[in-house]
Amino acid sequence: MTMKKVFSRPASLSKTPFHYCPGCDHGVIHRLVAEAIDELEVGDRTIGVAPVGCSVFAYDYFNFDFNQAAHGRAPAVATGIKRTRPDSIVFTYQGDGDLAAIGTAEIIHAANRGEKITVIFVNNAIYGMTGGQMAPTTLIGMKTQTSPYGRDASTAGNPIKMSEMIATLESPVYVTRVTINSVANLMKAKKAIYNAFKLQKEGKGFSFVEVVAICPTNWGKKPADSHKWLTENMLPVFPLGTFKDTLGVEKSA
Amino acid sequence: MSKWVINESLCKGCGICIARCPLKILAYADHLTPKGVYPAAITDEAKCTSCAICARSCPDVAIEIYKEEK
Ligand SMILES: Cc1ncc(C[n+]2csc(CCOP(=O)(O)OP(=O)(O)O)c2C)c(N)n1
Ligand code: SF4
Ligand code: SF4
Ligand code: SF4
Ligand SMILES: [Mg+2]
Repeated sequence: MTMKKVFSRPASLSKTPFHYCPGCDHGVIHRLVAEAIDELEVGDRTIGVAPVGCSVFAYDYFNFDFNQAAHGRAPAVATGIKRTRPDSIVFTYQGDGDLAAIGTAEIIHAANRGEKITVIFVNNAIYGMTGGQMAPTTLIGMKTQTSPYGRDASTAGNPIKMSEMIATLESPVYVTRVTINSVANLMKAKKAIYNAFKLQKEGKGFSFVEVVAICPTNWGKKPADSHKWLTENMLPVFPLGTFKDTLGVEKSA
Repeated sequence: MSKWVINESLCKGCGICIARCPLKILAYADHLTPKGVYPAAITDEAKCTSCAICARSCPDVAIEIYKEEK
């Protein structure tokens, strides 16, 4: 009897152990990116752009080229890379503090220009790296270091829905929101990330995948409880689904 | 050769694999790794279907899965 390998570390993921907290979703999301790059066989021409946030060291975790941008500016850096090296597969990997707060202008205008890049947006409703401050995506009533009585819409506004906003623009070709709170949803997230990179490989426009994610450390919950909390509290505010698929990549796959 | 192989040095003891295994055949080991973590361990490997739900759920890519080929 021989043994066939069913699952192991994808080739594009380096052997460096992640520095993330136990149970943090960043690790699975990194792996799904590496699996998509491997399946599309573009590892030799992929360039990632890391953000400021917990995933600032993302460049250590992949076996392809990487850059690291100033806070929120990853889409601008990715624009420069893609325009000077149009054959490259260029993506940004950004948290909600990076993309939806300090980097709002960069993401909106990169999307509106239809830059032929892919954006992986990890929305965990908090600033993880800096110890759990309120983000634009923090839920109403959610307690953080800077909203100790819970986020109050009358002073802090409401959670920003980036996917819905970006889907109102004409240029993006693919805008979808996924999560990895179960294996079934994880497999859908894998497909969405694959679709986003496939569109770029085919030379199509801007693709955006929002992953609703957990931050067990700053949420103060165990990993499994965090996924349950996400399901019950985040998904009603950030519903899963595809908001824009101009070229029908989900049907063609 | 095993169907379920863990790299204990990568395991952070988050418990996600243990919670998600449909057959409930994963549990914490009773020894500590050099990092001070009680790693995940398989309790009844004969029952394992090699579904890889645990491995796909592991944020630290600590588990490899193999399947018997007849
Ligand atoms: C110009 C600048 N302003 C503020 C900071 C502090 N800072 C570092 S990370 C971060 C937010 C990170 O949150 P997010 O993007 O959601 O990533 P996460 O850690 O949650 O994955 C902030 C405000 C900084 N490094 N640089
Ligand atoms: S602080 Fe939160 S987002 Fe950052 S590594 Fe820890 S769990 Fe993950
Ligand atoms: S492969 Fe499936 S059955 Fe085997 S331990 Fe993992 S989750 Fe359980
Ligand atoms: S999911 Fe991975 S890191 Fe978490 S307990 Fe299981 S093997 Fe360890
Ligand atoms: Mg965040």
